[in-house]
Amino acid sequence: MWLYAARRIVLTIPILLGVTIICFALVQIAPGDPIQNLLSPTSSAADAARLRAAYGLDQPLPIQYFIWLGRVLVGNLGTSIANNMPVAGEVMHAFSNTVVIALISVALAFVLSMFFGVIAACRSGQLADKLITAVAVFGISVPPFWLAVTLVIVFAVNLSLLPATGMGANGSGNFSYFQWTSLKFAVMPITALALPPLGIMTRTTRSAIAEILNQDFIQTLRAKGLSEASVVVHAIRNIMPQAIAMLGLQLGYLIGGSVLVETVFTWPGTGYLLNKAVQTRDIPLLQGTILVLATAFVLINLFVDLMQSLIDPRIKRS
Amino acid sequence: MSEIVADSFRQPVRDPVSLVPVRSYWGSVWQRLRFDYVTLFCLAVILLIVASAVFAPWLAPMDPDKSSMAYRLRPVGYRNFMLGTDEQGRDMLSRLLYGGRISLTMGILPVMLSTLIGGLFGVVAGYYGGKINMAIMRTMDVFFAFPSILLAIAISGSLGGGITNQLLTLTVVLIPPLCRVAETATTQVRTMDFVDAARSTGASTMSILFTHVLINVISPVLVYASTLVSVSIILASGLSFLGLGVSPPTADWGLMLATLRQSIYVQPLVSAIPGIAILVTSIAFNLVSDGLRQAMDVRA
Repeated sequence: MWLYAARRIVLTIPILLGVTIICFALVQIAPGDPIQNLLSPTSSAADAARLRAAYGLDQPLPIQYFIWLGRVLVGNLGTSIANNMPVAGEVMHAFSNTVVIALISVALAFVLSMFFGVIAACRSGQLADKLITAVAVFGISVPPFWLAVTLVIVFAVNLSLLPATGMGANGSGNFSYFQWTSLKFAVMPITALALPPLGIMTRTTRSAIAEILNQDFIQTLRAKGLSEASVVVHAIRNIMPQAIAMLGLQLGYLIGGSVLVETVFTWPGTGYLLNKAVQTRDIPLLQGTILVLATAFVLINLFVDLMQSLIDPRIKRS
Repeated sequence: MSEIVADSFRQPVRDPVSLVPVRSYWGSVWQRLRFDYVTLFCLAVILLIVASAVFAPWLAPMDPDKSSMAYRLRPVGYRNFMLGTDEQGRDMLSRLLYGGRISLTMGILPVMLSTLIGGLFGVVAGYYGGKINMAIMRTMDVFFAFPSILLAIAISGSLGGGITNQLLTLTVVLIPPLCRVAETATTQVRTMDFVDAARSTGASTMSILFTHVLINVISPVLVYASTLVSVSIILASGLSFLGLGVSPPTADWGLMLATLRQSIYVQPLVSAIPGIAILVTSIAFNLVSDGLRQAMDVRA
């Protein structure tokens, strides 16, 4: 177990280095010379060269990368072009807003998908299965931001039940998930975020359970007279490692992929920040946000793998 | 009879097709598709959407870019605007037809390109194994550290908007998963006895690759690629929604959705139309790829 965990953790380091290389490359592939934007039109070529040296941009690329990496490791993600604020602070603040709704959405989607997936697998081919599969396909196929827009049309415009955007009058300052006056702002973002993972996880659960139910040991369980309910419990226990894996994957996708949904609801999370960075072509902000999100995604995957090895003894041995 | 069934198609006995003993692989795939009405229906829907995009210049009742301030945001069915008008008074139906051209291209072209590139890398990695495999697959692992939409926004956000950049971005985003599928399939095939047999008869690497490996790798890769079409459409529309796609006034479903978002209070139904188009197309592609997977007997 410890050997496996240590191996898995060590293997994460090159991945994280790769992530930083890609994030570093983002600035390189951005068109335009960053120095030209800082200079006044009247400045000379010598001014440009001096400024270039001051920012370390006259160094060869690998050197530039290591200088940048050194700064990142101590938590310096550079300065936003738009408002001259440190990127790190801005990203971390937004990140907390994103993580909470992502966690709620994925937990909700997980519980519902287990429920629906098991029903669909047990009633394979029947009406319940077909209905659940249809909802799942809808969840996978629907563009999440369009779902968000539709939710706004129905619940904010037509029914006036929920607020359309934002986090309430007080902003994120004293937002509380335990008070309805605040929570109602989060209901639609959570719903829009939860549907795609719900669709994917329901399908995975359905096929996993259906496969287990076909195995010999299930027949043995039935033969020895267990009730259908406890047979299903056995099946669920068997797909748990798989279920945990997909849960982690979906959480990662939500944290990274909530950009469009957050934009529609102007939810002040990382997605909204990314949208801002894209609109204002604020490359340092874009780079910093992507770096934080990708790192989070890698760490979540690591955590999930370790959890899995705790649950499933077969993984430890291999 | 049960032997024939088990050997040829692994289908239940009630399938009349499986009683026919000998048929080529693609022949049997088609035979199974013939009775899969959901897939056939979705295939028809896709053909319809593709045809409407291809023949947009003949089908569109009006110029998709001609705006008119007098007819802004008219409801569905207003005079001769069958689907109403958008925020600049342009005919929605015409824009939808023309928009399909870009949206479908962005669904299909990146998948084709990344299937070629990713598939090539995957087959090479899987066939040669060892260091080459390490180098290729570990590089791909780094890309897997990004959720696809995040990677798309990262690349597209740096490169800037525009249709070429969007195409480039989507291709890069879709290469790693295809490479991984191709690699897995190739590694499996490579260790099979018939490949060893071919090698022992003195067949060259190229001829083994083309006659034995590729033919067995192609169906899982194609099935997987077909599931990526709807992913690509949704990613592309997401990028356009953020302003990272075609530049206005060109019609594109994602962009239409983005600009009409401001009008949901005035014309909710009209604002929802581009989204419905994306949804229908993506469901159709998803169900067709499901059907293909079953017909080609590829495990997900």
